[in-house]
Amino acid sequence: MSKALLAIQGVKTEFRLGRARALQAVQGVDLSISAGEIVGLVGESGSGKSVLALSMLRLVQPPGQITDGHILFDGEDVMQMSARALSAWRGRDVGMIFQQPQSCLNPVKRIGWQVAEPLLRHEKIGRKAAWAAAIDLLRAVGIPAPEEKVLAYPHELSGGQAQRVMIAIALALKPRLLIADEPTTALDVTIQAQILELLSERCRTLGTSLLLVTHDLGVVARIADRVAVMYAGRIVEEGPVEAMLTAPSHPYTKGLIAAAPQLGQAQGGRLKDIPGAIPDLSRPYAGCAFAPRCELRQSLSLKACDNAQPAPTTVGSAHTVRCFGAAGSIQSEMRVTS
Amino acid sequence: MTQYVAKRLLLLIPVVIGILLITFLMKALIPTDAVTAMYSGQLSEKDAAEAIATLRAKYHLDLPWYQQFFIYVRDLLQGDFGDSIRLRKPVMEELGYRYVNTIILTLASLGIALVVGLTAGILAAVKRNSWLDVTATTVGLFGISMPAFFFGLLLILVFAVWLRWLPVVPKGNLALLLPALALGLIEAAPISQVARTSMIDVLSRDYIQAARARGASELELVVRHALPNALIVVLTLVGLQIGNLLGGAFIIESIFSWHGIGELAVNAIQWRDFALTQAIILISAATYLVVNLVADILYAWLDPRVELST
Amino acid sequence: MSLVLDEPIMATPPRWRMFLLRLLRNRSALVGGTILLLLVLSALFAPLLAPYDPFKVNPIQRLRPPSWDHFMGTDEVGRDLFSRLIFGTRYFLLICVVTASISASIGTLLGLLAGAGSRFVENLIMRVIDVMLAFPYILMVLVVVAILGPSLWTGMVSIGIAGIPGYARLVRSAVLTVRREDYVLSARALGASESEILFGTILPNVVSPLIVYLAFSMPLAALVTSSLSFIGLGTQPPAPEWGAMLVNSRTYLFSAWWAVAGPGMALFISIFGLNILGNGLRDVLDPRSGR
Repeated sequence: MSKALLAIQGVKTEFRLGRARALQAVQGVDLSISAGEIVGLVGESGSGKSVLALSMLRLVQPPGQITDGHILFDGEDVMQMSARALSAWRGRDVGMIFQQPQSCLNPVKRIGWQVAEPLLRHEKIGRKAAWAAAIDLLRAVGIPAPEEKVLAYPHELSGGQAQRVMIAIALALKPRLLIADEPTTALDVTIQAQILELLSERCRTLGTSLLLVTHDLGVVARIADRVAVMYAGRIVEEGPVEAMLTAPSHPYTKGLIAAAPQLGQAQGGRLKDIPGAIPDLSRPYAGCAFAPRCELRQSLSLKACDNAQPAPTTVGSAHTVRCFGAAGSIQSEMRVTS
Repeated sequence: MTQYVAKRLLLLIPVVIGILLITFLMKALIPTDAVTAMYSGQLSEKDAAEAIATLRAKYHLDLPWYQQFFIYVRDLLQGDFGDSIRLRKPVMEELGYRYVNTIILTLASLGIALVVGLTAGILAAVKRNSWLDVTATTVGLFGISMPAFFFGLLLILVFAVWLRWLPVVPKGNLALLLPALALGLIEAAPISQVARTSMIDVLSRDYIQAARARGASELELVVRHALPNALIVVLTLVGLQIGNLLGGAFIIESIFSWHGIGELAVNAIQWRDFALTQAIILISAATYLVVNLVADILYAWLDPRVELST
Repeated sequence: MSLVLDEPIMATPPRWRMFLLRLLRNRSALVGGTILLLLVLSALFAPLLAPYDPFKVNPIQRLRPPSWDHFMGTDEVGRDLFSRLIFGTRYFLLICVVTASISASIGTLLGLLAGAGSRFVENLIMRVIDVMLAFPYILMVLVVVAILGPSLWTGMVSIGIAGIPGYARLVRSAVLTVRREDYVLSARALGASESEILFGTILPNVVSPLIVYLAFSMPLAALVTSSLSFIGLGTQPPAPEWGAMLVNSRTYLFSAWWAVAGPGMALFISIFGLNILGNGLRDVLDPRSGR
């Protein structure tokens, strides 16, 4: 594996709810992204994947707080950066796009101003040049008649166009990493494929790494190189996209695949949902967070599931899983003792 | 935009008619009419009756009300606001310079209110829950509970009597200082409250987080990204605040002997000089109307979303 | 992800007691409520609390500074200021109650009619309201005072009238929102008459915003009424109304600051109390509007 562009280790993020209570949104996550790689981060709502994405750029706002862990970008410690260094880093080296493109555009500023703004901030170019560059950037993301659209206001754009504009802004300075948090969720189904196509095309062209945060495995299957599955603040399984889709190890990943329309049907079965919901993250839980919903645990009745956190086990090439039941050797051992 | 302005102007027509009717009715509803009041006890019965009859005819008080109303509006259109019975001269002569004085006081107060209110509100929002926020919020609460006239008297007491920084009867620009401070600081309170709330709201929006993600510093976020949005909300309030400032001016003027229409209005009501009262009410309402129209148009111009929704 | 599951499940006490409990736990409501309570007590027991007759003129004791005999000093004709302030609470509360009753009753009625009546009624009422709102508050008050002549009662009536449009607008928009709710539709489907729906179903549901608005408009009305007295167009001296007390004493600002500070502070504290009580009520009745 090539050297990691972004490597995070043991990151924990929590939201304070009161004096004594805190919601542990991210509970110690390791993840790395190599240069030029497209990584999918998958999980259902409330799994902590968006908070993890925000944590990577240190964008978590109070009452949220990163309480532990390291974030290394190209060898540099992001956690130690000054406010000024952070500002210079964001936008120039890393970009981010969000779920609701229209609410991410400032309603009272023209599109051109918003596209040109990062250029004006990070590069010493004049207003005229920035404006011209903005038109080129909009053209590159497939906005029709960009000379006119630079004068438009956000409310005059459709959702798909707004997301194209957001992509243009995020990629304006050819960052080395782009984090996209559910970039297609709020869009019409017909637009979703176009935006995904655009994202992967732009990233491949510019050599930008992409972290695609989504709840939709189908989206990931289409463009990602590698997939990490997140559940209740932890990454439960991580591996190359083919291995993850064809030979998932974690019962939660299996459930997700069975529940995804394109993938689930491809496997020949009916769509299945995973019963239950994500546990309350404000209450500490000793065992595996998925245990209460886990079919495997019910059939194997493993005691460890309720009492300890499963450690990562390698199940294939660059493919790891955190599950007592799924890791072959331990599985048989535990069955004997229970 | 032109369409929007035209629409707003059309909506004003019933309001203008309403205002004219109300000011006109003021005279019609008065128990003893002004002419009788003026001569009561000064002349013999017979002479008085004659004089009253002449004056009543002169002021068209003998005509049916709708004809009086018609004459009233016609005179207004010709710039004739009638004569002040007490001052014995055309109302416009007295009103002119006093109107200018009131506008000066109102604008000066508005300036103070905006500078103080916006600064306090925005700082409180940015440094939310800090000691600064708590102080600003508390002082703001004091501000909305403080009667303007008492605050004016306090200012005189502190600055002219105790500290002796200002003369008791200031001249020129100094004369404007205390009344403008009294009014401006009082009105700064609601402005700071609204500025704080709307700034907190704007700072929590997605586009602020998105701008932060592309490297805007906290200062840039506040000044360039959040402020324009928050100011739009404040602007709608300022239009209404002008009404309060005008109202406040009516009270403050008499404390500081500022010769504006407010001071005159108080006298006119006590003199039962209805032409004068009528004219002051009319001109104040008209000013308020124009200011709100301007605020609305400014609002539509600043906020690109408005035109669609109207 | 449910965050409230672990709240202890209690037997729900009656609604008004829940409301009172929450109110008592709210600090600004507590402070505001205490101030209001003190005002009410002082108004009820004014003759017992006041050491002197508030109208008793004593030329020898003119403009005395605060002392053991007169602990807030005396005014320009030697009346005891403390006693006058105590009796002033009666005026203050009277003003609050009368102005609020006028604006709230007429305004609510107009708002209900506009919100639930026919299109013609709605248009008629709202046009009138628009015209009233085109006048700054104080001007509206001055129009009425100019017609009726200056006195305590005309002051209160005029401020009551000037407050009508605010209530009418609030109630109308609340009614328009409530009218689309399912329980109103079901009441209609069950055959309730229009007036039953209006007063039986809709009115109870607009009470919360109404109370909050009342709590905020009352101190404003009190403030304007005292201002009116102060410029000589409201309560007339020698009545111990706080605004009116300042009319004469302001002339002595340079020699007898206490004669100005007393009534002024009394007004300020009372209005402040009502305002923070309003804040507390708003927090309790309408938690979403919180800061």
